[in-house]
Amino acid sequence: MLTAVIALAGLGLLGSLGLAIAARVFAVETDPKAEAIEEVLPGANCGACGKPGCFDLAREIARGNAEIDACPVGGQKVAEAIGKIMGVDFSGGGERYVALVLCAGDNKEAIKKYHYNGIYDCVSADMFFGGDKACSYGCLGLGTCAGACPFGAIDILPEGIARVDSDKCTGCGKCVEACPKGIIKLVPAGRNVHILCSSHDKGAAARKNCRVACIGCQKCVKAAPEGAIHMDDFLAVINYDAEIPESVAGECPMGTIKVFKAEDSAGQEAAGGGS
Amino acid sequence: MAGGFFGGVHPEYNKKLASGKSIEVMPLPEQLTVYFSQNLGAPAKAVVKKGDEVKKGQVIAEPGGFVSTPVHSPTSGKIKSTGFYPSPVGTLMEAAVIIPDGEDEWEEGCDRERDISGLRSEEIKDIVKEAGIVGMGGATFPTHVKLSPPEDKPIDILILNGAECEPYLTSDHRLMLEKTEEILEGASLFARAINVKNIVVAIEENKPDAIEKMREAVEGRDGFSVEPMKVIYPQGAEKQLIYSITGRKVPAGGLPMEAGALVQNVGTCLAAFEAAGLTRPLIQRVVTVTGSGIENPGNVLARVGTPFKDIIDFCGGMSDDTAKVISGGPMMGISQYSLDSAVNKGTSGIVLLKAGEVAQFENEPCIRCGRCLTACPMNLNPSALSIFAERMRYEETEEYGVMDCIECGSCAYVCPSKRPLVQHFKRAKAEIRNRSKKAG
Repeated sequence: MLTAVIALAGLGLLGSLGLAIAARVFAVETDPKAEAIEEVLPGANCGACGKPGCFDLAREIARGNAEIDACPVGGQKVAEAIGKIMGVDFSGGGERYVALVLCAGDNKEAIKKYHYNGIYDCVSADMFFGGDKACSYGCLGLGTCAGACPFGAIDILPEGIARVDSDKCTGCGKCVEACPKGIIKLVPAGRNVHILCSSHDKGAAARKNCRVACIGCQKCVKAAPEGAIHMDDFLAVINYDAEIPESVAGECPMGTIKVFKAEDSAGQEAAGGGS
Repeated sequence: MAGGFFGGVHPEYNKKLASGKSIEVMPLPEQLTVYFSQNLGAPAKAVVKKGDEVKKGQVIAEPGGFVSTPVHSPTSGKIKSTGFYPSPVGTLMEAAVIIPDGEDEWEEGCDRERDISGLRSEEIKDIVKEAGIVGMGGATFPTHVKLSPPEDKPIDILILNGAECEPYLTSDHRLMLEKTEEILEGASLFARAINVKNIVVAIEENKPDAIEKMREAVEGRDGFSVEPMKVIYPQGAEKQLIYSITGRKVPAGGLPMEAGALVQNVGTCLAAFEAAGLTRPLIQRVVTVTGSGIENPGNVLARVGTPFKDIIDFCGGMSDDTAKVISGGPMMGISQYSLDSAVNKGTSGIVLLKAGEVAQFENEPCIRCGRCLTACPMNLNPSALSIFAERMRYEETEEYGVMDCIECGSCAYVCPSKRPLVQHFKRAKAEIRNRSKKAG
């Protein structure tokens, strides 16, 4: 009995001694700065910065190979925190961007051209006559963007359309890449007038396909300050650098222009029909 | 009897609906929707615009590369408009809407008889290329590409594909009965083009009249033979057919020429004969119109560009409870949402089904029963592939050979969970192609 206890304890001591020596001899040198930076990074490993994960970016920043605001997801707060670690003043203060789905054609408003019975995935549906919506530009509402979002910021509303929760959205742009229709854009948070349509169809065709489509009447272009809204192939497009008065929304005969703060997700849901 | 590949299924054939009906010539419709691109591979480029007058047989779109074919106007008339229209292949595709002038006047140089006995290999390839001939079994792969194998891949057998394993369809069956000599003439041209002496006509056993007719016709023709095939789907798929006849396997990712074989659909042979012997480009084809939803099922010789609506009207119209209109057969065809879709060079049939006959997919989980593994004629594992695809693990689908999937639908046919397996594979294949394109 005693022999066994002593033998095992001896083995344990020997093993731990070996480990202790190995830990000293083979220690991997890590930059304490990189570790500190990794602490403040969001940790989603989303890859939006172009690096495989957050630690890789942290190391690059610590080495001085990347800017302190290289994480598009963290935004200003993270950049400031990294600035403190690196001993640099962060003064950029770039605007926060959030994703916006440029379509308001949910199941109540948009006309369907066929009954889709297949995989619950927008890319798959898009391969079949461009999806079940009569409008070939509209949100298919099958949630491929929601699946791609690393932050759980996108919901598919019961009406069958994707909406971004801009509190959770970090502007990483994963959804922009994932959307087969290419109708998700990153816009500056804090803007409050939006044209929720991506249809380049001519007015009559657009109106036939969807009750909230931009018909290219240009009323908003005239009502808005010069250059704030321009026409691009039968579609009114907002220039987000310009200030647009909320009254412009009232000019739209189709109700395509919605007023909500991109920051205020409650307002956005209201615009999308509530959830 | 030949025909033993691994896997395959036995769907209800339902060929009796139309197999006894002779080919009827469809009158010129009021307008034709002619897609500018009608082949697999590089899309053709339009060379006409709105308002142009065109003659029958005039080129309206030129090839956009080597693996591409021209498109010809199916009649004389005026181009009313160009735009995007639903096409039978499941996309919105650019097309010209042609209003016929009723004269049906041929382009100069077309529609004259030519002696085909003295044509040399290169001449035959050029004729096939200029006539815009593609694989008419449905895949629409440019035929002149198949006729141009690299020198290090000698071909020693030409297989005429008259298997027609797709349920419901009878257009090849009717062609073999009614255009027997023309098909064999066209086949001789292909054989001469690639210098092959051994020509096998492969016909599934459920068409005994076609087998007999062909047997009579090949007598006295050197090198020709008729091979009755076991009735199993997909017997008419290129790789399965080559294996059934020669016992050779086409390597994964490879072309049939790598197994030393050339397979041509019987309709393609007819098109080649008409192009060479009568100087007529490919502007018409036989379409089987069938299913419980159509009043008078039959086989119709329709011009490329004829809207489905006109063909259905010509066959007596469809019943009110028709639930699904499919371009092609029920196994591999694509359902249409609009009857404005028009016949293209690969439209072998239009199948109209009633609600009770249409299976609905349910995204139920895979229960690992393994039925799809024994059904897959390509020896793939559809169960694992679909599970990877569902989780967007496309690298694994590639490792498991999704690119070899021929999209025959055998797996989805036997799946008790009614999983949309082929759709998963189409999605995975598109994703893999996109990624390799991006990677350069």
